[in-house]
Amino acid sequence: MPGPFIDDAEIERARQLAHEITTPVLEVIHRHTTVSIERTVLRLLGLAGAGPRGVPLANLMVDRLKEAGVINKGAAYWYGRALLMGATSPVDAVERLTAAPIEKLPALSVEEEGKLKDLVRKEIAQAVRELESRVEQRDALKNELGMSRPPHKYVIVATGNIYDDVDQARAAAQAGADVIAVIRSTAQSLLDYVPHGATTEGYGGTYATQENFRIMREALDDESKKLKRYVQLTNYSSGLCMSEIAFCAAWERLDMLLNDAMYGILFRDINMRRTFIDQYFSRRICALAKIIINTGEDNYITTADAFEAGHTVIASQFINESFAKRAGLKDWQLGLGHSYEIDPYREQTLLHELAQAMLIRRCFPNAPLKYMPPTKHKETDIFFSHAYDVMADLVAIWTKQGIQLLGMMTEAMHTPLLADRYVALKSGSYIHRAARGIGDEFQVREDGEIAKRARYVWKQAMALLEECHRDGLIAAIGRARFGDVARTETGGKGLEGVVEKAPDYFNPFLDQLEAIG
Amino acid sequence: MSAAPSSSNPKQKQIIRPYGDRRDDGVVQLSFTLPVPLSEKAKEAALQLTKKMGFTDVKVAAAERAADNYTFFIVYARTGLYLDYSEIEVPEVVVKKLGMTELNVLIRQKIGRRLVVLGACTGTDTHTVGIDAILNMKGFAGDYGLERYPMFEVYNLGSQVPNEELIRKAREKQADAILVSQVVTQRDVHKDNSRHFIEEAKRQNVYGKMILLLGGPRVDHKLALELGFDAGFGPGTRPSDVANYIAHKMLQKMGLEGETP
Repeated sequence: MPGPFIDDAEIERARQLAHEITTPVLEVIHRHTTVSIERTVLRLLGLAGAGPRGVPLANLMVDRLKEAGVINKGAAYWYGRALLMGATSPVDAVERLTAAPIEKLPALSVEEEGKLKDLVRKEIAQAVRELESRVEQRDALKNELGMSRPPHKYVIVATGNIYDDVDQARAAAQAGADVIAVIRSTAQSLLDYVPHGATTEGYGGTYATQENFRIMREALDDESKKLKRYVQLTNYSSGLCMSEIAFCAAWERLDMLLNDAMYGILFRDINMRRTFIDQYFSRRICALAKIIINTGEDNYITTADAFEAGHTVIASQFINESFAKRAGLKDWQLGLGHSYEIDPYREQTLLHELAQAMLIRRCFPNAPLKYMPPTKHKETDIFFSHAYDVMADLVAIWTKQGIQLLGMMTEAMHTPLLADRYVALKSGSYIHRAARGIGDEFQVREDGEIAKRARYVWKQAMALLEECHRDGLIAAIGRARFGDVARTETGGKGLEGVVEKAPDYFNPFLDQLEAIG
Repeated sequence: MSAAPSSSNPKQKQIIRPYGDRRDDGVVQLSFTLPVPLSEKAKEAALQLTKKMGFTDVKVAAAERAADNYTFFIVYARTGLYLDYSEIEVPEVVVKKLGMTELNVLIRQKIGRRLVVLGACTGTDTHTVGIDAILNMKGFAGDYGLERYPMFEVYNLGSQVPNEELIRKAREKQADAILVSQVVTQRDVHKDNSRHFIEEAKRQNVYGKMILLLGGPRVDHKLALELGFDAGFGPGTRPSDVANYIAHKMLQKMGLEGETP
């Protein structure tokens, strides 16, 4: 255990503040649903396909329900109505509903209503069981093959073409990668639908689609068996389709997801309410599917200055943790994000980076944590950048990070070349091997620079949590307290997709997820 | 003794070659990956390929198994090629660099009003790190961003702003300069988007009126000029470089200062 730096009671206080900060947000979450959540329910019911011009069937149906002004009863209810009309398949249900004058359908008798709900509940329960069995298959393979010791070395692929991604992911696994992330095509977070099928065209990354997930996980299963070492797969449950992506990922047996309670608000200008509501449902799915989430606090110190804004990362981690716990996630699933981003031309940056990482480890002793490499101050001098990355490797092993993204020496230029990943994995493995146990060997002086810095950052973090507690999270975001970005409650994209639930709102998937605890 | 003539006389020849550890030894370092398993044959392939590139004295210093079917090479070799440095012509953004305070004074005295600057990552680009470094208060590497300059009125519109929108907003604010940041360069999307920006600037009749600037890690001044911008700023650009450029360009446009070479 690094430090103590601070008293346990202070950490408890931070946790309590975070809990109280998220309480009013949870009230908003429970009162509303979103188009994305409703589409997720339909996907679980088997509506995975796409209609004419590639529009996902789930979108066709939810758009129709929204247009008719009846989505507030829940898409599951209307799916049930289609069943009562005689629908024989999910596709048939969409066809019947999109053709029907929904606005004019008569109310059902109490008896019929009960029958409808029973029918849908049964289908949902069956689908959830199937989802759970897929997760069990994944975990069985993971247990059989085992994984490397943490920090799990995480690298990205980003070709835009899922088949090229597969080649590069296999190569990375062979070179020692423990986690493969397929970077999404730029701007996917702003699409209010999940593209369909295998894709070979993307900018700065590859579209997240259920089929792409399947292709990559299947390839990694194969590679894992060859390597006798389980290689994890991650993607991005963020943007306007957070919960749908979470569902597709759970179904296709992904291991991790980037999933943050505030990232979309701050960095993609997605509406606040929309994000809060979607993150809750997506995290419920992650809880069920035993997916590790990665949060995005590391981004705060790419926009704000890392030396001055270290405390915003920690305050946000407590808030993210609270949101996660309220959605049923356990400590072992919390890859809380932070990073090595202090300007390398300052003095004593290694000490200050250690202070930050040790403080976070101290606050979240049972979370895997997700450590990010430098990006903001990366240089096109790849030799310097490589040395810079290696320092982050040292901090990661020293502070026992569960997940470590490896820096790419060409970060400042382009998406990684195949050899960049190899070079990063070789040196990362070396540092982890060389320095394993270093954190247990050295005790940090309570009167030294590291402890001093940790206490200073902590004090600021507490002040920020107190501010959020006093004025509310929304007001704090409005003042650009996180990542130097200010947002308003009704600004941003996607607010039109937020719907207040009707008194008889029906969502048996949510009921089941919440019943798990 | 240096074989190179003095650079003070540009007409005199100045022959240069890469410098390894001796003048004119022509040594270069290369690294690349071949899609074949590591073997003696793979090393020979790397050697032959390097020779085909025109290099001599090829030494394959490292051949490593990057993956089952990929070998990573680090190669040292010599080139016999040279060039006359005096014949190279590259347009460079030349600005008379003033500090923040002096520049503000200059703008206040000579232009007499705040300069309005709008910036954004346009098109599909979500990476605001560059535009933020230039425009935001904090700046970059201890060099304050344009927001910190009292004589600049700055609007950073963020990421994924359509070109049309950026230009429309610029007209609304009667901007003096527009900064377009392009970070994602896959399949040259930055060039396509930049061209589109220029077309749109012409369509909305701001081309030649407002100062149009392009920035990004794969941008240089030459590329920006080719695309139709007034200037381009690549990696390592400080906010003060951009601030100085805009102020001096404004002075030139007002006829208060001569053209920079």
